[in-house]
Amino acid sequence: MNRTLRGSVAVAGVGETAYFKRGQSPDPEFKLALKAIITACEDAGISPREVDGFASYSNDRSDPSRLAAALGCKELRFANMQWGGGGGGGSGAIGNAAAAIAGGLAECVVVFRALAQGQFGRFGQGPRRKAIFGEGAYTAPYGLMSPAQMFAMKVQRFMHEHGVGQEALRAISLAAYHHAQNNPRAVMHGRPLDEATYDSSRWIVEPFHLYDCCLENDGAAAMVLVPAERAKGFPHAPAYLLGAAIGSHFRAGAPVHNTPDYATSTFKTLAPRLYEMAGVDPGDVDVLQSYENFTGGVLMSLVEHGFCPPDGCNEYFVKERFLAPDGDLPLNTSGGNLAECYMHGLGLNVEAVRQIRGQSSNPVPGAQVSMVISGPMVTPVSCCIFGGEATL
Amino acid sequence: MSAPYLAPGLPQPTPAPDGLDAPYWKGLAKGELRLQRCRACGGWQWGPEWICHHCLSFDLGFEPVAPQGRIYSYELVWHPVHPALKDQGPYLVALVEIPAAGGVRLVGNLLGDPRQAVPIGAPVEGVFEHHDDPDAPFTLLHWRLVD
Repeated sequence: MNRTLRGSVAVAGVGETAYFKRGQSPDPEFKLALKAIITACEDAGISPREVDGFASYSNDRSDPSRLAAALGCKELRFANMQWGGGGGGGSGAIGNAAAAIAGGLAECVVVFRALAQGQFGRFGQGPRRKAIFGEGAYTAPYGLMSPAQMFAMKVQRFMHEHGVGQEALRAISLAAYHHAQNNPRAVMHGRPLDEATYDSSRWIVEPFHLYDCCLENDGAAAMVLVPAERAKGFPHAPAYLLGAAIGSHFRAGAPVHNTPDYATSTFKTLAPRLYEMAGVDPGDVDVLQSYENFTGGVLMSLVEHGFCPPDGCNEYFVKERFLAPDGDLPLNTSGGNLAECYMHGLGLNVEAVRQIRGQSSNPVPGAQVSMVISGPMVTPVSCCIFGGEATL
Repeated sequence: MSAPYLAPGLPQPTPAPDGLDAPYWKGLAKGELRLQRCRACGGWQWGPEWICHHCLSFDLGFEPVAPQGRIYSYELVWHPVHPALKDQGPYLVALVEIPAAGGVRLVGNLLGDPRQAVPIGAPVEGVFEHHDDPDAPFTLLHWRLVD
């Protein structure tokens, strides 16, 4: 039996709220979720009442039963949460939703993420309680307590092992800010970044400058997934899911920085599975959205997905390669988590669909293979590939 | 006690309520590093867990280990993410590999000038930092480069 999701499910609609700086959303988080879902349904030309499933990740607070009740969904058939923190579950939630549809559990599943960091506390701040136990007791008292601090340790080791220079990280940030200047939704629209500004920006934790770190935002994003046989009945060209992979390597979750393979984005075991299911090679990828919690995660993600040898980063990571429309590998074409919005990465999946439709603000002409890498360096992580009609 | 490496006010470590890591914290209080080792297969593991990942035995203990290791990775932190660190200035966090305990890794601060060169692979030795909080005393294990 050939078990695969390839071509069995399609994205019929995508939707986003306006994106806000942290704390500036006029709407509470649940209302943001509702607005993004309704926008995605409008984009698909369906009533929200037809939605029969919800999938999310990273402990999203918008409960699917409350959503279904609020939206008057006729029936709830699938309610799924991908375990794990960070944005590691973005493509995983899409894979889960697709698996539910392909397996006959549901017919119309919304994948969503709503986040109002201004209302519920920030990711970039350490714990405030006086006493701490468990894994945090081994790190927080030494001043290691934010995501940037957790991941700088991995990136430092990778850069040491492979002789990677700071300019490789800079190229990722510059490409994101470049793309954001054409994207009016982007929080950093109108705020271009150049080499000198990057170089003189303050350190957060070496090797991350300020511009190597994602934003903290309020907003929501959603997409509507349907069976492939229904995919042509919607207003926009369908983006088919060609493949998805979820997980992590051997003992990736070993506590207190003890995973045996340490200096990794966690994708070494996923990438081969993803390419096998999708039936594509790295050279077939027309456009890539790669989750930037921090630029160092993008660096290792591209290496582990076969775009660049680990010892070739200094030559490979140059800004021009990553720019739409003409670069070899247009990267984070909406501005991504660095410069569009940190919607825990689901905005990257929305952008990947837009590329197949030709609706990106930085379109890659003729893009048919559109890939997303979600949430590097956490566990589990996930990745997926969307394809246009020509890829089936 | 001498001045601690980091300004006071950060979260203070306490043993886990389920008892999993109590021997570690008791050891630190006595100036001794005790790490988890399997009584069945002799394998080391860190952080502590209820089962040995090498052989799946539940028969685990904590054994004293000389606090000697080498730098596996490190980072220089500039941006304070906790109010206690507002006036701290940059500080070094090190990930230290313990060859005598199967290569498990520990997180600590690297003492000395925060701007010192930190050679990955360099040998380090442990320095116990005792905090005499009358309500909840605790001990941290830091590191310094060995000449």
